[in-house]
Amino acid sequence: MQDIFYKSASELSELLEKKELSSVELTKAMIERTKSVDEKVAAFNSFDEADALAQAESSDARRAAGEAKGALDGIPVGIKDNMAVYGQPLTCSSKMLEKFVSPYDATSIEKLKTQGAVLWGRLNLDEYAMGSSCENSAFKSTSNPWNLDCVPGGSSGGSAAAVAAGEAVFALGSDTGGSIRQPAAHCGIVGVKPTYGRVSRFGLAAFASSLDQIGPMTRNVKDAAMLLQAISCHDERDSTSYKISTPDFVKALEDQRGHKWTLGLPKEYFANAESTPAMEPVLKAIEFYKSLGCEIKEVSLPHTDYAVATYYIIATAEASSNLARYDGIRYTHRAEKFDAKDSVDIYCQSRAEGFGEEVKRRIILGTYVLSSGYYDAYYLKAQKVRTLIRQDFENAFKEVDALLTPTSPTPAFKKGEKASDPLSMYLSDIYTISANLAGVPGMSLPCGYSDGLPVGLQILGKPFKEDEMLSIANEFEAAHEFKDQHPSL
Amino acid sequence: MSDTHIDIEYTAKLARINLTDEEKEKLSGQLDSIIGYVEKLEELDTNGVEPTAHPHPVYNVWQEDEVKGELSTEEALKNAPAQRENMVIVPKVVD
Repeated sequence: MQDIFYKSASELSELLEKKELSSVELTKAMIERTKSVDEKVAAFNSFDEADALAQAESSDARRAAGEAKGALDGIPVGIKDNMAVYGQPLTCSSKMLEKFVSPYDATSIEKLKTQGAVLWGRLNLDEYAMGSSCENSAFKSTSNPWNLDCVPGGSSGGSAAAVAAGEAVFALGSDTGGSIRQPAAHCGIVGVKPTYGRVSRFGLAAFASSLDQIGPMTRNVKDAAMLLQAISCHDERDSTSYKISTPDFVKALEDQRGHKWTLGLPKEYFANAESTPAMEPVLKAIEFYKSLGCEIKEVSLPHTDYAVATYYIIATAEASSNLARYDGIRYTHRAEKFDAKDSVDIYCQSRAEGFGEEVKRRIILGTYVLSSGYYDAYYLKAQKVRTLIRQDFENAFKEVDALLTPTSPTPAFKKGEKASDPLSMYLSDIYTISANLAGVPGMSLPCGYSDGLPVGLQILGKPFKEDEMLSIANEFEAAHEFKDQHPSL
Repeated sequence: MSDTHIDIEYTAKLARINLTDEEKEKLSGQLDSIIGYVEKLEELDTNGVEPTAHPHPVYNVWQEDEVKGELSTEEALKNAPAQRENMVIVPKVVD
């Protein structure tokens, strides 16, 4: 029999419903699995065993009374350590918030609680979600379950590694420039960044507010549809959350089965195909869609080459503003020694001690591009180029239903390989960043291996058409075995 | 690569972050190269292009000004580094 910790949420949901399994048994299996492998994987910043079991007991009691709350009731979901869960730590993997305990629930968490999910653990990330490798965490460097010498990707590396290693049935991540999709690709799982505005950002520690989205990280497409459906909503506590109804994403997978999609290949993403190690499985996946009778079209996103530059101006500018709140006064680390004669030194010293190197680098870069005399040249210019990038997608989507690309130019890289060169780390996000700038949904789907490491196929969809994007992914997944292949730990 | 040179001392002060001398040296080199890279945007003609602040802008988002799900003073202050009598303690800043 397949190990319980590698069963999908939809399978587990059935077992729970038939009372062949209890939430306590399932949650205990997660705890045991985590205790046996997390020494190697280091996905968790913390977990509260007693609290998880208490949630599972409540779920079982509800079910016994015939009051189960739906498909997610009793299923453990891992949470990236940058989302607020009442009474639990929220560190953002930063010394700044090492002792912070959330006084409220994020909207996504509130929704999961309403549906009875067991909130399980706090998953590691690059500090404040800034990074592509999880090496920027102030506490630990998470390992890739497929090769412990490699990074899991980032910033949602803890979420990706935990799901791949069977330490959580599925997890929530957040994606500002690829932070769900790139680690999903590197760990061989499914990761979905919804359309900007689909999921409320309330209770997510803000990095770059016009780019951030919370999304599901799962071991198959159906689970992603379930979890996305569970967290999507309009929320008046996030003024950028979009007033739009949530489709039945799970049902859409069945309804849209066998549809002949028109799929676009952005030629700029395939320009360096020969020197891109992760390309071969992606090209095979494209052949697969052709064999299904889908029309494959070359399209152009002419401003692709400017996306990384645009992103690092806008994201750092927004971060410098968002992270100004961590001032050492109200709820963060406060320096013990500072120059009391200088009224701002308590801020400067607390921030010097609380933030890690990458966070300082980005805040200072963001401060620079917003500072007097440079605003027009950098920030305003980048916002205008963002318009051009958005229009590229609008034009492409006049011709095709979705775009297929690699998720990342390479499979997971070795720890330390890019740590000393921030620009080369930034450039590893080249295929994922545009979706955040344009606000379109994107996902990564396991499509093969390169040197024994998983490779992701990225699917970019039309705004608010996550149902179509997931259905396209579902066709590929149904015809391949990747979702049933797991790392040996 | 352009010859832009970031005034690290001034910018770090604006960002309210104290840096050590080693950090200043390391960061200013790295930031110069990142800024050199992002200056490629200058190649593009953006005359007449409207800036994008949000991908799907929504305007005039109003709501009733009602108190909901409020925190107690105790809970709101629980994470403060120093507190007394329902207040956050801060160092003296005026003589």
